[in-house]
Amino acid sequence: MQKRLKEKALELLSNCTVTRVLGWKTGEFFYDLTPAVFETAEEVEKEFVYSGFSGANLSKYLIQESRKQGKVAVFLKPCDSYSFQQLLKEHRILRENVYVVGISCNGLLDMEKIRAQGCEGVTAVTEDGDTLTVDTLYGTTKLSRNDCLLERCAVCKSKKIVAFDELIGEQGEELESNRFDRVAELEAMTPEERFAFWREELSRCIRCNACRNVCPACSCEKCVFDNEKSGVRNKAIADSFEENLFHIIRAFHVAGRCTDCGECSRVCPQNIPLHLLNRKFIKDINEFYGVYQAGADMDTKSPLTDFTLDDCEPSIVHERGGVQG
Amino acid sequence: MQRIGVFVCWCGSNIAATVDVEKVSQVLAQEPGVVFSTNYQYMCSQAGQEMIQESIHKYQLTGVVICSCSPRMHEATFRKTCEKAGLNAHMVEIANIREQCSWIHKDMATGTEKAVILGRAAIAKVHLNAPLTAGQSPVKKRALVIGGGIAGIQTALDIADAGFDVDIVEKQPTIGGKMTQIDKTFPTLDCAACILTPKMVDAAQHEKIHIYSYAEVEKVKGFVGNFQVTIKKKARYVDETKCTGCGLCTEKCPQKKVPNAFNLGLDNRRAIYIPFAQAVPKIATIDADYCTMLKSGKCGVCSKVCTAGAIDYKQTDTYIEEEYGAIVVATGFNPIKLDKYDEFAYSQSPDVVTSLEFERLMNAAGPTGGTLLRPSDGAHPHTIVFVQCVGSRCDDEKGKPYCSKICCMYTAKHAMLCREKYPDTDVYVFYIDVRTPGKNFDEFYRRAVEEYGVHYIKGMVGKVVPQDGKLKVQASDLLGGSQLHIEADMVVLAAAIEPDETARPLATMLTASMDTNDFFTEAHPKLRPVESPTAGIFLSGACQGPKDIPETVAQASAAAAKVIGLLCKDSLTCNPCTAQPDELMCNGCSSCEKVCPYGAITYADKEFRGPNRTTLLRRVAQVNPAVCQGCGACTVACPSGAMDLKGFSNQQIMAEVDAICR
Repeated sequence: MQKRLKEKALELLSNCTVTRVLGWKTGEFFYDLTPAVFETAEEVEKEFVYSGFSGANLSKYLIQESRKQGKVAVFLKPCDSYSFQQLLKEHRILRENVYVVGISCNGLLDMEKIRAQGCEGVTAVTEDGDTLTVDTLYGTTKLSRNDCLLERCAVCKSKKIVAFDELIGEQGEELESNRFDRVAELEAMTPEERFAFWREELSRCIRCNACRNVCPACSCEKCVFDNEKSGVRNKAIADSFEENLFHIIRAFHVAGRCTDCGECSRVCPQNIPLHLLNRKFIKDINEFYGVYQAGADMDTKSPLTDFTLDDCEPSIVHERGGVQG
Repeated sequence: MQRIGVFVCWCGSNIAATVDVEKVSQVLAQEPGVVFSTNYQYMCSQAGQEMIQESIHKYQLTGVVICSCSPRMHEATFRKTCEKAGLNAHMVEIANIREQCSWIHKDMATGTEKAVILGRAAIAKVHLNAPLTAGQSPVKKRALVIGGGIAGIQTALDIADAGFDVDIVEKQPTIGGKMTQIDKTFPTLDCAACILTPKMVDAAQHEKIHIYSYAEVEKVKGFVGNFQVTIKKKARYVDETKCTGCGLCTEKCPQKKVPNAFNLGLDNRRAIYIPFAQAVPKIATIDADYCTMLKSGKCGVCSKVCTAGAIDYKQTDTYIEEEYGAIVVATGFNPIKLDKYDEFAYSQSPDVVTSLEFERLMNAAGPTGGTLLRPSDGAHPHTIVFVQCVGSRCDDEKGKPYCSKICCMYTAKHAMLCREKYPDTDVYVFYIDVRTPGKNFDEFYRRAVEEYGVHYIKGMVGKVVPQDGKLKVQASDLLGGSQLHIEADMVVLAAAIEPDETARPLATMLTASMDTNDFFTEAHPKLRPVESPTAGIFLSGACQGPKDIPETVAQASAAAAKVIGLLCKDSLTCNPCTAQPDELMCNGCSSCEKVCPYGAITYADKEFRGPNRTTLLRRVAQVNPAVCQGCGACTVACPSGAMDLKGFSNQQIMAEVDAICR
């Protein structure tokens, strides 16, 4: 796959379709691939990487990149393409300045899961079908690839690439996903249990803002948390609960626009399952207003900024919200 | 820094009895920016207002906080007072220490504490207030009346007589509404058609009235003075301009087995029909659910017999867009469905009928030609049992909690008419209470009992069982303390009335509020009974609550008077509290545009200075203040908080919250 992507990048640069390519390159370690813009064939040859660790969703970078001189090529995995289309819908990306290469995807890897299976000091991971060969300082281990997928990939919602100029690999389908199972478990808890669960999870937050900075829906010109007029910026928190509210406010802000790309949880250095907050909103929206997938197309209106006579009444929402499970 | 004056009102003892007003004014005097604080018995009185004006001059106040009753009562008063003293009206804030404080607290200490907090919040807000100036918006001098029953007709006639254009939208093929189905009217027993049809004709002939029959309101946009309404004219498959109403088609149509809705399904009509002889407009309509031609393409009899060439099988729904200054809701009522009342055997025996069906059975234009005959066998009934409050004053889920108001009177009327026309009939009326307030109403009921010998029995019917062509009625006589068993020939159920099913979607379209029973809510139950709280929306007739014909007509004319008062004005003062985007923060994402009900938001590409002397072109929201109504939907939809409402900015509201939490 890496070879095909590299060739495509070189081709697009050499035939002047684009002036830049948005892809991935190695970060500090081989498994923490980082988004990068490649302007020359040399850079591509030397640094471009595509592997099971190319989890980063590149769509958000196009907000800036599409506004620069010249056209930019981008590689989008199926779930990234939903984010891309959602941003197009919000007029955030200039489509004419972007050349989208859709790439089929069989799920990406989670280093934490590899480590959790007893692999310390990992030096290389090679894929062979469903098997991963993990080289460590202490020897070589073989793992099942399915056991090492990112959470979002393990419950993948769609292999369909919803927006592209050309495809590498096969176009996929929307999948039957059990991604809401964990949300349903949380819903089944008592309010006290659920509160305790989230207090526990969010207590680890160090407010590094990685979730916000990586989130394609969190792309405001100026974030409300950075807005001097909001009256909350640069103020000390009264207690740890106030700190926790950051995530709840963020979930509200992206509600109806979140495509469930799962980047928030992937980048969280504290392994907080932040995606569950957003998924709860998605599940509620689906149940109250009918199934809605942000970014799935350009036309459908988000139920939260749309009104139809069939919308359920606030009292019904209240009733259902009040019932456990 | 603002120079703020605080004025605490006693409201006689309304506030002063539960709030230590002296203490409130003293504590609030210590707030930052407050240069003067006082209290007075009646701030809204002439003397109180003069005190405010004098203080504005004496202390050079830039902001005023009045701790008094709800802003709905006297905000306008105090704004005018301050304006006269040279202060901008929007530099006045009201702290509601009556409805939200003194009236709901019993304890002086609690009440006083809360009053201080409410005053503090208002002071915090005034600090951030800025003078606002209202613009003007024109008034479209045309009214829309939704519903063409007696309420709609009366409202339309009164508005039109004042010289304004009125459109009536009626969903049925004819105007007239429920009153066309009624035989006689209480308490005078004059014929309903005789008093209604002249009004229908008046409406049709009035040069200022246009009737859209067989039409529905599809979409409503805009605001008071400037509503844009889309009206759907349903396809009736008959060219209204050509049809002469001769009725030949309705006699020749071979499809004879269509339940006649006008007679509540008691007889049949053809697939092409004119509901009744005096229909207005008298134009035939094809019932697409039954027409063989429309369903299978084989027939065309009506088209062949029509000498005017009016039949048009290819007609489609058409949409009309029109602008109105005011909208009157006159959507009326329906009797409830009785499927949940199986104890009365309504679905088991055709001889158990609703009161409205009974009206048709008594009516000369009804299925029996005005002779009272049992629907089952066409025999003359000798014993008739009337059951009142079927679904009214009902405390379970089956029925309605309210009194339907008209049933006592029409049941007395039915009973009386039966005895009058057929003196050999035994008539029983089972009631919980007989309610007859109204001019000449109680006299009417007493006549039924005393002169016509109707058996009024306090108690409810427990069960009706059809058996051997009779209806076995089991009931309790509460006053006699006995169980009664009556073999009746007919049972008439006074079904509760409920708002028409189109009312709720319409209310949503109009953003007009409703109560839990789907009756439209009035702006004030006593003082503004014919206006909706939504500006420019008026209420006429039973859509607002159960009422009889005299009351409906009175309310219809009252609503018309309110509409005329509005349409007389050339322009209305706009709300200056409009939305305002902060372009530096706007993402251009269109969320605000999508939720704006008034279409006040557009987008423009604007150049902004970027870092390193670069220029960025960004899409940002623009608000048209002449169209914005200040509803604030955009401010909550905006993900970045770029949209703010003047006079209610996020900062002002947060300042109030901070002041309350301090």
